[in-house]
Amino acid sequence: MRIIVIGNGMVGQKFCEKLVAQKIAGLELTVFGEETLPAYDRVHLSAYFAGKTVQDLCMKPMSWYAENNVNLHLGDPVTHVDRAQKTVTSFEGTQFSYDYLVFATGSAAFVPQISGVDKHGVFVYRTIEDLNLIWRHAKIAKSAVVIGGGLLGLEAAKAMLDLGIAHTHVVEFAPRLMPRQIDDGGSHVLTEKLKALGITTHTQKNTAVILGNETITGLMFTDGSMLSTDMLVISAGIKPRDELAKKAGLQTGHRGGITVNDRMQTSDPSVFAIGECAVHEGAVYGLVAPGYEMAEVVVHQLSGGSKQFSGFDMSTKLKLIGIDVASFGDPFITDEATRSIVYHDNHKGIYKRINVSSDGSKLLGGILVGDAEAYNKLQQICVNKLAIPPAPSDLIVAPASTSNGADNFELPAGALICSCEGVKKQAIEDAIVQNGCESFDAVKKCTGAGSGCGGCTPMVKDIINATLKKQGKMVRNIICEHFTYSRQELFDIIKIKDLRTFDAVLDALGTGDGCEVCRPAISSILASLWNDLIIKKESATSQDTNDRFLANIQKGGTYSVVPRIPGGEITPDKLIVIGTVAKKYNLYTKITGGQRIDLFGAHLNDLPLIWEELIAAGFESGHAYGKALRTVKSCVGSTWCRFGLHDSVSFAVRVENRYKGLRAPHKIKSAVSGCIRECAEAQSKDFGIIATEKGWNLYVCGNGGSKPQHALLLAADIDSETCIRYIDRFLMFYIKTADPLTRTATWLNKMEGGIDYLKNVVVHDSLGMAAELEAQMQTLVDHYECEWKTAVETPELRKRFTHFINAPEAKDPTIVFEPLRAQKKAAEW
Amino acid sequence: MDKNNWIYACKATDMPHNGGVCVQYGTEQIALYYFTHRNEWYATQNLCPHKKQMALSRGMLGSQQGEPKVACPFHKKTFSLKNGQCLNDEGCGSIKTYPVKVQGGNIFINVASILTPHSSTLIEYEPQ
Ligand SMILES: Cc1cc2nc3c(=O)[nH]c(=O)nc-3n(C[C@H](O)[C@H](O)[C@H](O)COP(=O)(O)OP(=O)(O)OC[C@H]3O[C@@H](n4cnc5c(N)ncnc54)[C@H](O)[C@@H]3O)c2cc1C
Ligand code: SF4
Ligand code: FES
Repeated sequence: MRIIVIGNGMVGQKFCEKLVAQKIAGLELTVFGEETLPAYDRVHLSAYFAGKTVQDLCMKPMSWYAENNVNLHLGDPVTHVDRAQKTVTSFEGTQFSYDYLVFATGSAAFVPQISGVDKHGVFVYRTIEDLNLIWRHAKIAKSAVVIGGGLLGLEAAKAMLDLGIAHTHVVEFAPRLMPRQIDDGGSHVLTEKLKALGITTHTQKNTAVILGNETITGLMFTDGSMLSTDMLVISAGIKPRDELAKKAGLQTGHRGGITVNDRMQTSDPSVFAIGECAVHEGAVYGLVAPGYEMAEVVVHQLSGGSKQFSGFDMSTKLKLIGIDVASFGDPFITDEATRSIVYHDNHKGIYKRINVSSDGSKLLGGILVGDAEAYNKLQQICVNKLAIPPAPSDLIVAPASTSNGADNFELPAGALICSCEGVKKQAIEDAIVQNGCESFDAVKKCTGAGSGCGGCTPMVKDIINATLKKQGKMVRNIICEHFTYSRQELFDIIKIKDLRTFDAVLDALGTGDGCEVCRPAISSILASLWNDLIIKKESATSQDTNDRFLANIQKGGTYSVVPRIPGGEITPDKLIVIGTVAKKYNLYTKITGGQRIDLFGAHLNDLPLIWEELIAAGFESGHAYGKALRTVKSCVGSTWCRFGLHDSVSFAVRVENRYKGLRAPHKIKSAVSGCIRECAEAQSKDFGIIATEKGWNLYVCGNGGSKPQHALLLAADIDSETCIRYIDRFLMFYIKTADPLTRTATWLNKMEGGIDYLKNVVVHDSLGMAAELEAQMQTLVDHYECEWKTAVETPELRKRFTHFINAPEAKDPTIVFEPLRAQKKAAEW
Repeated sequence: MDKNNWIYACKATDMPHNGGVCVQYGTEQIALYYFTHRNEWYATQNLCPHKKQMALSRGMLGSQQGEPKVACPFHKKTFSLKNGQCLNDEGCGSIKTYPVKVQGGNIFINVASILTPHSSTLIEYEPQ
């Protein structure tokens, strides 16, 4: 069977892949492409400006064509089709015969008839060659205009920004943006979002003339207004490439496109048309997923199958970083049988509309602007006609992540999950159950789901988790691909084997070279076990970057400096030193919730100088950069407060000095209050101490943060010495047994037996390890040293705080600040 | 720079183990890595394409299914050190890579590709 494909674009290529996979005996497949590159991912064309290479974008490497006996002619368009003789002739004059012919000629950018479109600096946005031309011209352009405010036009406008053109405008003929996807309300919110990005929009503008001599200088509109610009990108729609088909006498649609039936046959049964060049029941599909479906249909026709094309869901999501826009089903219906629910938050820039059947039972379509997190879910509900909550507004008002009724919907097995690759839910479940795929990557490889636009990734992951759970499989708690142990197992083995560096642990217990998950986790274990200096040469780079440079990296690449202020108590002299240092190195200062002072915006090079001055004045590292003890807050207590029962400040200072520098699976916070009024908020801390008439109450495993949780009482009315012993045991037990990056509250929530079990271990010594825990803590306390002091005093270490290794004095020139209330802040991302 | 576009970066002994430093070349910032555990050298652009931060030289090295990679300290996007592709976010662009060679304890980086955009280069290195 001799098959010729005209066009090596996305759909033509997908057709070849699917056809080759059928392994039809005696197949001779020949492909003609007008472009000089093999088929590439046009959907992600804009990624070319973000640094993707041609190789990255190509769908298959050249070797694929040879390996699969596909006879590929690039840069050689077909110029003539003789249907009577069943031959095609190419531009270079070669003639080939076919049994079946497939048109996959795609479409071209539609260029309206405006005088001046042939001037320099006027482009379309369709091929890599177009982008190369734009890229070259953009170097000398300071402003750009895009004609067309639809999906493609906005994408092109964003690309202009990414190319560094500060003044980018979008001109739209219709009264609103994305007129085919969203309504006026949505367009309004979108306009504001674009403005924030730096894109100015002009709606209801009809371009009359492109101004300029040889090169464009501006546009004049039919209302007489003008807009000057250095370049213009026209993105006003697509025009199916049916010129060759027309010449060959095939039937075409009124508004262009090669007419096809449900089998994708043209008016000549041995000629097919697929992708954007085809018109099916009056519709041209300008998206890749329906094109792939058409390719599948033709492969079926040629290999004895019966599949037909019956239209396609046109839901779309704009893929601009930072702007969520999506529409699904019928976004606009306003008839008798429909009710619309609109949620419009001008403050946050969110617009959501859903159209629901008047009996409230079906979701018919909708629009999401500013927050499209619910897109996948709503699109599935709409397409699969699933039941919706009794109050349909729950679909858009409740945040998508909370698990109220609307979220627990079960998709039917036939639900289309990945529309790019046409993967149904059933196929994903089969891959997990039958082929043993347990990770997203494995499922993607096996089924293809998620390998197109990637929009379905969260849904695929949800299905994987749900299916694994159904099979009774625990998602194993191993830390990453390099170690098949949990953190607790590693902690014990590292201790028994006396391993002291990351590489030693990796060589003894792991595989591969480690990663950003296991390196810090194991470094934290090593620090908790041995309390060695974390910035030694062998260990430094396995620490979180914060630990590596003993400071928190901030937006823009500067670091923060946080000296320890135990218990929040500080002398006037030390306050003055902080002020002086901050002024000298131009740092932003802020008093924190932990009762100390953060200094922000330090250059890497300045860190040792800053710390040298602070240390000379008696300060120590505050370990704000580490998974370690942060602060022990205190209220003023009995020394000044008339309610105070004991001296909470003195106790807080003692506790903070005991545990300073202690490394743990996550940060640890503490506080001491002088009476039950609780001014230090001790019950929101990992461990909190409150004075009672008879002594202290010790509370543990509290948490502020995103999931606030009150601390629970571990022991009541204990004296100071007992309190310290219990804290020793509690902290050491936590350090030994918690998973990486688990706060004490989560650790307790997962613990079988909960607080009662913990009480037994810590207070009643049920495991018989109290003495050992206390001894281990004492060793760590004895090993404490201020890391910054060591770093500043050791030339080898100090040398590391430079930005450029070959220009140690130079600071990173890309760092910029913006002014803020008499101080400064990091520039926005 | 010699006629084949190699620039001198630093001495091998100046390098951290299993980590990176930043090398200045004109207005470009190049991240240079010494992956001690594999005894390999790599160089990439220092700019993380995610939020345009000059940070990759301060990232953590590792491997994924044997492919050497660096993780940006800001949001942990990871990039292959061999071809610069982002390994955990398809939407994130790839990064440029540069050949590295070690000669007599000195490290050199090849900057030939700096003036042509989107050229992907192969990594070659000579073990010490
Ligand atoms: C910037 C941009 C962003 C996009 N974003 C999305 C998106 O997010 N989601 C989505 O679903 N779709 C998107 N699309 C649309 C998607 O790219 C198209 O739907 C898809 O490429 C159509 O595939 P096709 O094979 O039909 O046409 P094409 O990919 O255009 O391929 C047709 C090929 O045929 C060649 N050809 C034409 N005539 C001849 C001839 N006589 N002889 C030989 N060769 C010929 C053409 O040169 C071309 O290479 C986007 C398009 C662009 C330009
Ligand atoms: S907690 Fe009690 S002792 Fe402390 S400041 Fe408040 S009232 Fe005074
Ligand atoms: S800036 Fe690098 S991952 Fe975000």
